This record gives sequence, C-alpha cells and structure tokens, in this order.
Amino acid sequence: MSATTITSSASSSVSRFAPALLSVFFGLFIVGFVGFSPMEVVHNAAHDARHANAFPCH
Amino acid sequence: MSVFRSLVFTSVLVGLIVGTAVTLAQFLGTTPLILAAEVFETGGAADGHSHAAGAAEEGHDHGNTAAAATQADDHHHDADAWAPADGFERNAYTFVANVLTAIGFALVLNGLMQISGTESDWRRGLIWGLCGFVAFMLAPGFGLHPELPGTPAAPLFERQVWWIGTAASTAAGLALLFFQRRPWAAALAIVLIALPHVIGAPVPPEGEQALAPEAMSHRFVVVATLTSLLFWSLLGALSGHFRRRFEA
Repeated sequence: MSATTITSSASSSVSRFAPALLSVFFGLFIVGFVGFSPMEVVHNAAHDARHANAFPCH
Repeated sequence: MSVFRSLVFTSVLVGLIVGTAVTLAQFLGTTPLILAAEVFETGGAADGHSHAAGAAEEGHDHGNTAAAATQADDHHHDADAWAPADGFERNAYTFVANVLTAIGFALVLNGLMQISGTESDWRRGLIWGLCGFVAFMLAPGFGLHPELPGTPAAPLFERQVWWIGTAASTAAGLALLFFQRRPWAAALAIVLIALPHVIGAPVPPEGEQALAPEAMSHRFVVVATLTSLLFWSLLGALSGHFRRRFEA
C-alpha cells in the first residue's frame, strides 16, 4: 500500500521534472546554436541578432 | 496535453511573438547603428555589410592603420562564406534568429518555472523574465558590453567562456536568493553573482581602438540593453500567461 503511494508520487515527480529538464536542455541547445555556433554561415545569418543580444561576436 | 508538449507549445507561441516584437525594435534601434558601424569597419568602402561579397576583394581589410591590422587577425572572416544580402534578406535572417533565440530562452524559462513548481501567471512570469534579463544581459554585459562591429575584443572563445560562466553563475545566485531562505544561501548567492566580475572579463589587446565613434558605441549599449529589457519582460510575462492556459 505505502509502496504503491511512494511509487506513484515518485513517478509523478519524474513526469513533472523529466519533460521540464528536457525543455531546458532543448532551449539551451537552440540558444547555443544561434548565439554561439562557430559555423561561419550560421554566424553571418544571425549576425545582427547576435550583436543586439550581446552574444560574443566575431 | 502532456507536460513537454505544453512547454513546447507555450514556448513556440511566445517565441514567435517576442521574436517579432524584438525584430521591430532592432530594426528601429540597433540595426541602423550596426550598419553605420560597418561603414567604419570597411574603411568607408561603400556597400555596407562587411561580410557580403563586396568585402571579398579586400579580404575584410580594416584599412591600413596599425591597430586595425593587428585586429584583423582576431576579426577575420572567411570571405567565401555565404552571408545574407543587405536589406530584406538580411532582416529576414535576423527575424529568424530572433524567433529561434526567443523560443530557446522560452523553453529554458518555462522548463525552470515548471521545475520550481511556482504557480504561473503573467506577473510571476515577468519576475522570472527580469531575472533572465539580469542573468543573460546585465551581468555578462557588465563585463562584455554589447559591441558594434569593429570594436576591439579578446579572442572569441575566451569571451564565450566568460559569458556563459557569468550567465550560469548569476542564474545560480538568483536561484539561491529566491528559493533558499537561509543566510548562508544569500551570502553564497552574492559571491556567485560577484565572482565573474572579480575574475574579470577577457580584455581586448592593448593599443587597439574601436573603429566607430565612442558616442555611437555608447548609444548601441543603451539601445541593445533596452531592447533586451523588452525581450525578457515580454518573454517572461507571456510565458507565465500562456503556460497556465496550456497546463494539463
């Protein structure tokens, strides 16, 4: 009985945290790609946005 | 709706709105300054965008002053690389970059709000957004302020490391301040916020001068900071508002 309660509360906290963490990492990946990519083509495309958002540029 | 889907849905919607608003603000504020600075960067060589094909012949030359010559090492671009043409195409890519940046930061912000378990409404979202402004604009910008093209700077990689370290350390400090009510946590938070500035941002090599006038650089810092304030307040408030609606 108590084991079931623990399992269900653990799984509900996992179901809340796991997608949220995934969202955080996914977001950081996108920001990293746009703002920090060393690829010249990505840099040139995002150039003005990088400068305006104060990401280190050039 | 599953938690992840509601986070993504909220973030994409918020990103589209914020990206559009910020692109408009940049179009009026920062972009004209960047274009004006590029005229200095190309030594007045006419056609504006130094990364465009026009710069290819001169190999991204900054003119023949000694300062500019040393700077060229650090500031070199592959002249063959593709770049959007000035005008509509360039602004379109800026828009895409802004929307993606906004979606990315919205995913981070919404994910963290979800983890913190705080209730979600526009006011709480706004406070989260302002913390984002402090962590991702004010703190890194204090050491490495927003730069016009042609501003002397330390090697890119060092600046990127310091920038990311400062944002992470400031965000951790703010999280401690908000979520831990003990004195040691507040003390540690202050240390975390101060530490990157005690270490110091990477400085540009000595003897180099910015190509654009000082007044223009200063104006750019102010306008970029204000644009970022708009970005983060909208991002936070809209995230707080929409996340509640899309919650399962």
